[in-house]
Amino acid sequence: MSSTEHSELIDSDTGKMGMWLFLFTELFLFGGLFIVYAVMRSKYAEDFHHAALELNAFIGATNTVVLLVSSMTVAMSLTAIQQNRANKAIGLIFITLILAGVFMVNKYFEWGHKLDLHLYPGSDVMRTLPHGEIMFFGLYFMMTGLHALHVIIGGILLTVVIFKIKSGKVHQGHYLLQENGALYWHLVDLIWIFLFPLLYLIT
Amino acid sequence: MTNSSTSVPLNYLNHQTGLWSWLSSTDHKRIGLLYMYSITIFFCVAAILGLLMRIEKIAPGQTIMSAQTYNGMFTIHGIIMIFIVVIPGLAAVFGNILLPIMIGAKDVAFPKLNLFSWYVYITGAFLGLYSQFANGHSPDTGWTFYVPYSAEASSNVVIALTAAFVLGFASILTGLNFIVTIHRMRAPGMTWFRMPLFPWSLYATAWIQILATPIIGITLLMVIAERTFHIGFFDPALGGDPVLYQHLFWIYSHPAVYVMILPAMGVVTEIFPTFSQKPVFGYVPIVFSSMAIALVGYFVWGHHMFTSGMSYESRWFFSFLTFLVAIPSAIKVFNWLSTMYGGSVDLKPPLLFAISFIFLFTIGGFTGLTLGSLATNIQLHNTDFVVAHFHYIIFGGMGFAFFAAIHYWFPKIYGRMYNFKWANISWGFLFVGFNLLYFPLFVIGIQGMPRRYFDYDPKFQTGEMLSTVGAFILIAGLFMMLANLIYHSRKGAVATANPWHGVTLEWQIPSPPPHENFDEVPVITRDPYIFDNPQTN
Amino acid sequence: MKNQENHISSDSTNWTVLLILLILTTISILAIKIHLGSFTVALALIIASVKVTIVLTYFMHLKFENTLLRLMVGGVFLLFAIVIAITFIDYYFR
Repeated sequence: MSSTEHSELIDSDTGKMGMWLFLFTELFLFGGLFIVYAVMRSKYAEDFHHAALELNAFIGATNTVVLLVSSMTVAMSLTAIQQNRANKAIGLIFITLILAGVFMVNKYFEWGHKLDLHLYPGSDVMRTLPHGEIMFFGLYFMMTGLHALHVIIGGILLTVVIFKIKSGKVHQGHYLLQENGALYWHLVDLIWIFLFPLLYLIT
Repeated sequence: MTNSSTSVPLNYLNHQTGLWSWLSSTDHKRIGLLYMYSITIFFCVAAILGLLMRIEKIAPGQTIMSAQTYNGMFTIHGIIMIFIVVIPGLAAVFGNILLPIMIGAKDVAFPKLNLFSWYVYITGAFLGLYSQFANGHSPDTGWTFYVPYSAEASSNVVIALTAAFVLGFASILTGLNFIVTIHRMRAPGMTWFRMPLFPWSLYATAWIQILATPIIGITLLMVIAERTFHIGFFDPALGGDPVLYQHLFWIYSHPAVYVMILPAMGVVTEIFPTFSQKPVFGYVPIVFSSMAIALVGYFVWGHHMFTSGMSYESRWFFSFLTFLVAIPSAIKVFNWLSTMYGGSVDLKPPLLFAISFIFLFTIGGFTGLTLGSLATNIQLHNTDFVVAHFHYIIFGGMGFAFFAAIHYWFPKIYGRMYNFKWANISWGFLFVGFNLLYFPLFVIGIQGMPRRYFDYDPKFQTGEMLSTVGAFILIAGLFMMLANLIYHSRKGAVATANPWHGVTLEWQIPSPPPHENFDEVPVITRDPYIFDNPQTN
Repeated sequence: MKNQENHISSDSTNWTVLLILLILTTISILAIKIHLGSFTVALALIIASVKVTIVLTYFMHLKFENTLLRLMVGGVFLLFAIVIAITFIDYYFR
């Protein structure tokens, strides 16, 4: 203990509390966008309805299912490591990563389709739309974009976890990193659970 | 671990040497000092900018700079002072150095993250400076980045926005670290209500840091998106709403005022008992008033927007809540005065600064109520009255508390003592200069002098000139104080472990503290402010 | 290293939770076909909140964490709700 290195392994409760506090900041980061959404939707209810028809609810629903399943697989991977089944844990995280990839591919086609239709902020088509629809697409790109960024960060984090399990740094006795990675992944899911009805299911 | 070349016992300052040992240290005390040195440098830069602006306003018309330069200057003065100096200020400097010691811990909960947040901070700080000198002209939006101007201005706004975003991230990480530290690292026996009050104020502050800062983060991102992708959330031409920007901005930036002032209150709450040799009056009310300020302070943002076109109901609500915040603040002032009452008051420099804190903070607080009431606000909005008010709170409050803190903990940090006579003299210059600089602004503000103008009607000249004279006195005092402190940090008389006869934990360990703070983990068996042997010096 | 036993959720629990979440998703997609007027948004948000609560409770193990953490999470959501409400004091009456 008396070496120059203060930090030993951070104990699980401390590390987890730090992660939760970080998740709170993430919630408020998206919270700012939800405030804008709430204000704009109350102002332009009709326009939001019309604009939302442009979105493909099927892709949205597919991505919801994909994220929900990935949330479960990452939760199961935690169960596996707690039961000292490292390979099963790695496999489940790997499935999670594949699902994250599926999500991103869907997103790629969805965004690509919008770009083909010139439905992106600042485009010539966009300028002709009613104000509320401009706001809707602005929010759509900003919210899903920021969310996709979090999917990528979460994916990187989980990839690191796989390598740490392989090298034996994460194991039955100490799996804080995996717990925190899983918590982060669930956050990505949480945000999407709100985004999906707010963007795709408007009547 | 023996080091025979010197008779000085090993401590956190000398146990490792070399620049790299500082830049790579995860020791909370060293990180605190890194923050202190960087903040001091940026503070001096921004203070000089402030002086230049005052010189410009010594006489009507253009004197030393153009209007555009002036606009850039008050913007960068604001950005540096608010985001780089005042918001991290007390929490990142004295919070880092003292929080773990005061709660009996070896370090913060996440030492590496702590060092990382300093690097994030310094990146943001240099980005802020860069926005000033990069090609194109410096940002001229004011530190508030109000749309629509910030979305259209041709200056380096995006760089400045990014800087503020990065600095916010550093602030979040510090807050996160402190909350976990206070929850998880307290020494055995240190229950919540045996914790000294400076850590308590840091706890309240940290919650604001993590729950308010993300909102400004996303808001700044939205402005960046507005500028780069023409998204238009805040652009009326595309259906956006500029007032919404103000809502989002102040949802963070009003609580940020409490990020500045709560630790300042915590600092003076430590100083009054020590220099009165008397337990703090009303420990529990002080704790709850800190938490109440943090909570209610989150809901009063709209009082910056009374003239922006909010609904009447909303203005009424925000005005009412603003008055509510005054109550916990007043409770604290009452408690500080009562702590001194009947104690053996010892007017050393730290107490001098702490008492002037009360004086200046009270003026700032009362003028805050003037601005918080709807009718007077309409008259005073965007005048120099507002400028005077927030400088009384931020500089008179947080700034003087910072000076009080450095004079109080200086012997602990460096193991040496500064010169009292020079400390008192520099206090005199600072106090007189401060009041001469800012008080006239109240008067000409009421008379109608708008803020942010580089020129003015000649009828305001008396006030403007007095203010400029005050600025020179203030700067003189500042450099006197800095010289005294810097010189004596190396050459001062060796200080004892407990020169002020304080009773909190930091005074029970050697000065400067050893690398690991405590040789053995302290066990706390009683309340924090119990003075067994009243001193009679 | 660990000073307390962490709860281990069984795989069957996780499957059950997923099933409930999928059912709720289906309900919220079907619900928009029913014309409930302005109540549709409320219904969508209520269902989303229930789903979020389930994820927090089971996948994120809040059920097995200490009270403090649960209070924090609850407090954060409450704070955000208050902020939205206060913002709407402006927009609703404007």
